[in-house]
Amino acid sequence: MKTRTEKRQMREVKACMSRNQRDYLRARNRHRVFVRLMRVVLLLGFCILWEAAVTQGWIDGFIFSSPRRIWNTFLSMVRDGTIAEHVGATLMETIISFLLVVVTGLFCAILLWCSEKLSEILEPYLVVLNSLPKSALAPLLIVWLGANQRTIIVAGMSVAVFGTILNLYTGFKEVSKEKSKLVYTLGGNRFHVLTKVVLPSTVPATISIMKVNIGLCLVGVVIGEFIGARRGLGYLIIYGSQVFKLDWVLMSIVLLCIIAMGLYGAIGAVEKWYHRHL
Amino acid sequence: MQPLLECRNVSFSYHSITGETSALKNISFQVRDGEFAAIVGPSGCGKSTLLSLMCRLLEPESGSIFINGRPLGSHEEFHIGYMPQQDQLFEWRNIFGNVTLGLEIQHKLTQENQEYAKKMMKEYGLWEFRHGKPSQLSGGMRQRAALIRTLVLKPSLLLLDEPFSALDYQTRLTVGEDIYQIIKKEHKTAVLVTHDLAEAVSMADKVIVLSKRPASVVAEIPIELEIPDRTPMRSRNAAGFKEYFNLIWKELNEHENPD
Repeated sequence: MKTRTEKRQMREVKACMSRNQRDYLRARNRHRVFVRLMRVVLLLGFCILWEAAVTQGWIDGFIFSSPRRIWNTFLSMVRDGTIAEHVGATLMETIISFLLVVVTGLFCAILLWCSEKLSEILEPYLVVLNSLPKSALAPLLIVWLGANQRTIIVAGMSVAVFGTILNLYTGFKEVSKEKSKLVYTLGGNRFHVLTKVVLPSTVPATISIMKVNIGLCLVGVVIGEFIGARRGLGYLIIYGSQVFKLDWVLMSIVLLCIIAMGLYGAIGAVEKWYHRHL
Repeated sequence: MQPLLECRNVSFSYHSITGETSALKNISFQVRDGEFAAIVGPSGCGKSTLLSLMCRLLEPESGSIFINGRPLGSHEEFHIGYMPQQDQLFEWRNIFGNVTLGLEIQHKLTQENQEYAKKMMKEYGLWEFRHGKPSQLSGGMRQRAALIRTLVLKPSLLLLDEPFSALDYQTRLTVGEDIYQIIKKEHKTAVLVTHDLAEAVSMADKVIVLSKRPASVVAEIPIELEIPDRTPMRSRNAAGFKEYFNLIWKELNEHENPD
């Protein structure tokens, strides 16, 4: 939201702008509006086409559902309160696993940065663990940890944690050697290099990594819920497909899309705030 | 009179998987208290390595460095200030935070030292920018902030590692003038490493010429320009400036191409 002073300043800037500059800004603005409009048109077009395809009988609404059916399902689940329980469970598990990924990732990356020997020894293992399809781990986690929320949180973590460690560590290693050298010449030690240079200089990269991670945690949580949950959107998808309630499945997928977008947007807002206040 | 800094037969080699590279070989020279010495030499000859040895980032393989006649590192209270090639100001700190970085690291962020930092910033035109970020400063102001960051630690010896090399020519002359005045006003002993011969002659009381790698001292040339209130800019117009420049150029070339 622009303050009155900002608005007045903008008016003053506009008043002394050349015609060419004004034309350029207008064209840029038109382009932005067009892109946004087309995004909405694309989504609406898809929904209308989908609804029409079901209404006209081109596809079977029982199998493919439809926007109207999804909306009605959503409303009825809101009314009986079940949707809040499922969304709440998935959201909470995702946020907990994300926070644990942040803490574990930072801790391990710092540890690797502190000991070059340790990083050399562990690097191939981390690369392999990062490349491993994490869904392969989910059945094992159920057996080892039981069918409970803890398992789902660990499944969520397992998707993102190894990549986080590797990416953070790479970011730490790329920190300017000259800046680290400066800290030593000012009488500092390795701890000072970590706290005064490495951590503060990698904040933007860390936030970028976390922006990707929150989505990965959601993927892991849904995988976990597929096989070891009694609530959550992953559970709703699996249960819905088993009892042929495909409206539930598609509604859960739409809700997952909205959650993913919201979580990404939240970290994006943190990133914007950081850049504005830096 | 005992020199403030003395390098005695200092040698150093870099080791890598492909072999050993000798960087410095039997380097010996002295710098007196209050003197401004410049070290020149061909590109990559080991000038910066020499400074790294002086501020104990590296240890000599043989030979020793003495401060006031005692081995380097045996002085509790003797602080060596280092100014890097680029200002290396931290963008995530404001200017005051950058200037007081060393004090913070050394746990010397006392009221008295903070006042001293403020005084320096006021004196050298940075006080208004104390809450600003480094990117808001001009190239010259950034270098001044970097120098003050070193000076607030009250070093007895200043090591300047090509501090103007990242600046454009015009800024370089202005900043050189600026930094020289500050160093002289604060009565500091300084060692400047540069590949710019004109810069060395214009600022230094003595120029130490190094050979190509492995570097050794090929000449020590005292600069005696007869001008009142010497400044780098005035030195450039002084009689004798060109002769000194040519002499150093000759020394450098003779040892680079002995044939």
